[in-house]
Amino acid sequence: MTPCKFLLGFCLLLCAQLVQAGPKIERWQTAAGTRVLFVEDHSLPIVDIQVDFAAGAAREPAGKEGVAGLTRSLIDLGADGMDETQIASRLADLGARLSGGVDLDRTSVTLRTLSMADKRAPAFELLRAILNGPTFPAEAFERERARSLAALREALTRPDAIASKTFWAAMYPAHPYGRQATPESVAALLRADILAFHSANYGARSATVAIVGDLSRAEAEALAERLSSGLPAASADTGLPVPQLPVGGEQRIAHPAAQAHLLIGLPALKRGDPDFFPLAVGNYSLGGGGFVSRLVKEVRDKRGLAYSVHSYFLPLQQLGPFQIGLQTRKGQADEALRLTRSVLAAFLEQGPSEAELQAAKQNLIGSFPLRLDSNRKILENVAMIAFYDLPLDYLDRYPENIERVTVAEIQAAFARRLPVEHLVTVVVAGD
Amino acid sequence: MPMRYAPPIALLLALATTAAWANPHERLLANGLRVIVREDHRAPTVAHMVWYRAGSMDETSGRTGVAHVLEHMMFKGTPTAGPGEFNRRVAAAGGRDNAFTSRDYTAYFQQVPKQKLPEMMQLEADRMRHLSLDEKEFAQEIKVVMEERRLRTDDQPQALLYEKLNAVAFQVHPYRVPIIGWMTDLQNMTVTDARAWYEDWYAPNNAYVVVVGDVDHQEVFRLAEQHYGALPARTLPVRKPQDEPSQAGTRRLTVKAPADLPVVMMAYKVPVIRNVEQDVDPYALEMLAAVLAGHDAARLTRHLVREQRLAVSAGASYDSTARGPGIFHLHGAPTVGRSRAELEAGLRAELVRVQEQGVSAEELARAKAQLIASQIYKLDSIFAQAMEIGQLEAAGIPHTMNRRIIDKLQEVSSEQVQAVARKYFSDEALTVAELDPQPLPQTPRPRSPFVPRH
Repeated sequence: MTPCKFLLGFCLLLCAQLVQAGPKIERWQTAAGTRVLFVEDHSLPIVDIQVDFAAGAAREPAGKEGVAGLTRSLIDLGADGMDETQIASRLADLGARLSGGVDLDRTSVTLRTLSMADKRAPAFELLRAILNGPTFPAEAFERERARSLAALREALTRPDAIASKTFWAAMYPAHPYGRQATPESVAALLRADILAFHSANYGARSATVAIVGDLSRAEAEALAERLSSGLPAASADTGLPVPQLPVGGEQRIAHPAAQAHLLIGLPALKRGDPDFFPLAVGNYSLGGGGFVSRLVKEVRDKRGLAYSVHSYFLPLQQLGPFQIGLQTRKGQADEALRLTRSVLAAFLEQGPSEAELQAAKQNLIGSFPLRLDSNRKILENVAMIAFYDLPLDYLDRYPENIERVTVAEIQAAFARRLPVEHLVTVVVAGD
Repeated sequence: MPMRYAPPIALLLALATTAAWANPHERLLANGLRVIVREDHRAPTVAHMVWYRAGSMDETSGRTGVAHVLEHMMFKGTPTAGPGEFNRRVAAAGGRDNAFTSRDYTAYFQQVPKQKLPEMMQLEADRMRHLSLDEKEFAQEIKVVMEERRLRTDDQPQALLYEKLNAVAFQVHPYRVPIIGWMTDLQNMTVTDARAWYEDWYAPNNAYVVVVGDVDHQEVFRLAEQHYGALPARTLPVRKPQDEPSQAGTRRLTVKAPADLPVVMMAYKVPVIRNVEQDVDPYALEMLAAVLAGHDAARLTRHLVREQRLAVSAGASYDSTARGPGIFHLHGAPTVGRSRAELEAGLRAELVRVQEQGVSAEELARAKAQLIASQIYKLDSIFAQAMEIGQLEAAGIPHTMNRRIIDKLQEVSSEQVQAVARKYFSDEALTVAELDPQPLPQTPRPRSPFVPRH
């Protein structure tokens, strides 16, 4: 064992020395009140921009579930006198790519463009038009509502989607995070609901802009100014209510699938909470570290019960979930569930071993450069820092924050965040 | 191509050339292992990949899925690095690793901080020759693979449809078999099958190493010689061509599965690139796919989804690089109230439009602009660059031909696109698969104690 320990210690030292600081992030605010984060990088002729709004699904008014996603899907289907074909064709002509989506907290609009002046200027102008002058054409609205209804109805036949929707509803029984779009809620949406959601939630003061790539600071400032100046004059973000912990329990739903889908979890962690680090390090050993985690070793490697088994924390603006998930052949769901619970119980009782802790740190710190080795990855990180208003040195301090975590802190954080009596379990297609 | 597009494209290509194509370096070791290195010094990381020229198309009846099962077993240890040790060492190195099996190849990769490259080479070289293939480990892992099949195919109606489509479109060529294998073959597979596969194909002269990242190529060649150089070359099995005879009439199949959305998939037999310089049609087919489905306002979405409201989704796909025969796919899901037959007719009508009227210069220029941009964007990911090299080589195309392929795509004319539309899209070469959605036996309704809110 001695050579092995020596090797571990040696690697850790090396890793720690070679870890690069995060990228240099500049920060300012536009005249309209939009926070901007910028990383200047001229190594490739590419500019990436992500605009985030506090317009996630949790902002949907009761009874209007589905409006956030539909608003986002309509945002680039008409703007400033252009129709959807003109917008998409012009983007394609420039080789520019528009993407993004909606989660519980955020609506994102992301643009990737070449940085040559004749490409980027018209691409930025298209982005500005989409953000500042969306027209939400009635015809496109009706069509997209029908398409999202079709997608939802299809999803509701699938065991994974049924499990996930049931799980979130059970974890957040009285909180916006637990509300789900239903065929009824989507079918009842009107174009007026889209307009109302847009003007209430796409405002400059709740928006953040992340820019990475081949621009100067002055050019980035001008861009951010232009993007934010015509956003709706919505009031600033009012925040989300604090979720209550659910009553723990188990829910089973029949389904003809060959495999059972199991989910276990509860609301656990907010963005910016200092418990993030002990939980992240601990979860690596529990079920976040892939093949070296306890869940994969026990459920997959030793018993062949599942192809995929994982655990993670999803920190959100309010308490986001801790979740364990796996799929296993119908008929052995109970065996897999018992095993998973015993792995979790043992971890909660003892925390990771000292060797597991070192392995977790070694990977989380050692792999830090891999989190930042492309503009795309830097953009994701910077947009997250901007939206959740994390410290600008968040990335720089990430390695040391991981390094200082102890077994005792992990145990204490897991005990605080995972009161097992509140754990919710959902099994779809278990029997 | 209108002249006004020429200068910017030339400029961009020159840029991409300087940044990426100037430096793939290559060396052939004495044992037949090829090592390909692209230096990219933007970040202190490296992607290391080992590609074996053995995929599901090299399998035999009764042993389908063995290429993929062996891929799983490659993580189950050697005499010097026991079960789980490979993953543990990569994790300890701050790395990420995985593997993938395709019809044409099996590939393994690690993304690590650059100073960890020697250790990754040592691990890969070890399992290239010294895999343990323990019977007990196999007994557990085959269960995992069956779970993977249930997850990715059996419970995924559209994946199931695609699997059955291939099984009908191809009758002779092994592309008829799913990569993951038929369940009956997995149930009856033994560690002996896996061992035979390993002995047949896992040899340096059937592999190549791709390294992209913050490295010096001479140093990589030296490391490769050190770690892989001593492995002996071996005689490889004879590969039988198993050429698919030409199809003589439309084939149809239906799959019933629990779902809500009907789906139509159409598969036309088309060629792939066999000679980069002389071929024309595969490039024209790539452009046809881009014109039909390359962006949000491309023809299929614009006409079938947006204008006619015939489909909730519609797409086309084609890959011009493969060891085996090519397929051009058209697919979609009809809108509520419209039938699968109507959607099929709508998809066919789009082909007829190209056959009769061709494609506009504007559409073609748009597809080319996207192509060039995607080449630049690829430079943002060392993993994507390594994948590109590996996939070209897997199809038997030297990675150095990448630039020529882009040139050839740029040269495609409207007339050539129209010509391939006329030449290959006939009923004789068509297979149509339909997903016939079946309602769930009961509406899933959560029981107490939880009731979802609406």
